[in-house]
Amino acid sequence: MPTPTNLWPLLGVAVIIAGFLLRFNPMLVVIVTAIVTAFAAGFAPDKILATIGTGFIKTRNLPLIILLPLAVIGLLERHGLRQHAQNWIGSIRSATAGRLLVVYLAARQLTAAIGLTSLGGHPQMVRPLLAPMAEGAAEARHGPLPERVRHKLRAYCAATDNVGLFFGEDIFVAFGAIVLMTTFLREAGIEVEPMRVALWGIPTAVCAFLIHAWRLQRLDRMLERDIALEAASSGAPAAPAEQQAQGAQA
Amino acid sequence: MTLSITHLYYLVGGILAVTALMTAADRQHTRRWSSSLFWGLYALVFLVGEQLPVAWVGAGVVVMALIAAAGGVGVGRPAQRSAADTLASVRRLGNKLFAPALAIPLVTMLGTLSAKYLSIGGVPLLDPKNTTLVSLGLGCLVALALACWLTHETPVQGIRESRRLTDALGWALVLPQMLGMLGLVFSDAGVGKAVAHVTTTYINMDLRFIAVLVYVVGMALFTIIMGNGFAAFPVMTGGVGVPVLVGMYHGNPAVMAAIGMLSGYCGTLLTPMAANFNIVPAALLELPDKNAVIRAQVPTALALLVCNVFLLNFMMFL
Repeated sequence: MPTPTNLWPLLGVAVIIAGFLLRFNPMLVVIVTAIVTAFAAGFAPDKILATIGTGFIKTRNLPLIILLPLAVIGLLERHGLRQHAQNWIGSIRSATAGRLLVVYLAARQLTAAIGLTSLGGHPQMVRPLLAPMAEGAAEARHGPLPERVRHKLRAYCAATDNVGLFFGEDIFVAFGAIVLMTTFLREAGIEVEPMRVALWGIPTAVCAFLIHAWRLQRLDRMLERDIALEAASSGAPAAPAEQQAQGAQA
Repeated sequence: MTLSITHLYYLVGGILAVTALMTAADRQHTRRWSSSLFWGLYALVFLVGEQLPVAWVGAGVVVMALIAAAGGVGVGRPAQRSAADTLASVRRLGNKLFAPALAIPLVTMLGTLSAKYLSIGGVPLLDPKNTTLVSLGLGCLVALALACWLTHETPVQGIRESRRLTDALGWALVLPQMLGMLGLVFSDAGVGKAVAHVTTTYINMDLRFIAVLVYVVGMALFTIIMGNGFAAFPVMTGGVGVPVLVGMYHGNPAVMAAIGMLSGYCGTLLTPMAANFNIVPAALLELPDKNAVIRAQVPTALALLVCNVFLLNFMMFL
């Protein structure tokens, strides 16, 4: 008989699911989960703190990608980068929010597939450029956007960056995930060419593009409908002058 | 001298320390002292984290989480430029404003691609283990210099702007690292082993399609819990993929690995645990609903997961 697996650490999984569902502060949920899980594994209190500390030090590279660009992006925003991005796209007649995002999805996926994952990203591309452009294109077509619609459009911009990145980078042979997969399989006694793993990712990547691009195609009509609904629910057409001023600030 | 990730830690630590000091000096701040303590502790993790006993760091992390949970990380009210001034800048600079923003990805890309060839006397200029991040740091510095030159601002104003955005992001900025830490605690505590044990013991995989379904959905579910497909892959592939799909049903392991990992990515689109991709962008885009990005991704992720089940079931046994 092999030694029985300790099932108590699964308690941590229950805690984190419950915590997120009950909408506690995520920082609190994570720290409580870490403590419960380590305790369930039979760690002593000082070892629990040490495990948390070690883990936190080891993952210091994670926030760099967000923190480093903030100074530049903030400075450019102070001088109107987002307004300019909005105006610039507004001057292109054929641009709609949906079409812009389809083009971005394709570009993000293709560049990630050849290893250029750093060409996009939320702090340096989505916030200062992509989102204002999508908003600018939508405003040029539909007039000022109600806040709810603006937020929805922004969420789609972030989602498009994620989908493009995830289902592009996995096709790149030298990508970390492929190294991880082949190394793991080698240890399990199975030899696999990294190139083959990359190639077999292509059908899923194509499906990802088709599904998400189809949804983006429908985005323009959805925005139009949402704006109409919003106008109907507020009783009267929104005061354009006031909305315009808000739009310029945001 | 090699430019390494440690230098970036000092840089980020320095910026966070200045943020903490500026917050302490800001009388208008909604949560002046607790916010300052929060960013100060975070700065220490980057500046002296390696020298401190790990249990102290752990205690610091607990304190940071408690400050965040008690609503102690507030927002300052830095002086904004008037709309007229901003408009004047836009008129003056126009498309030049795009240059520094695009310089960040461009320099990052050039650095990543040319890192192999950049060395003096055999010593690499860029840390070979972290080329992308180090190139990103370099790209941000180049872009900051360019932005300062174009806008006639000082780097100090850059740090003020960085603080404004850090404040706006609040604790969401720290969440990715917290979750990364949790992933390591999970693996130390043997959560992966326990999940694999439960799945293989209680689900009957005599039907090939059921086994495929368990592997694909299991990758997604486990990624939703761990926030990371890399953590799910060894568990599900070791538990179901290798012994059942390859061992029992002789499936093609390359197909299994590729589609398995991409099923994990569908899970990444669905989980607040992948904070860097889902929660931080919601904060960056100032969305009131922290799960708005996940909501926009749900239909794509679920449809793609169904595709993956059928793609795997078909292509693995060609």
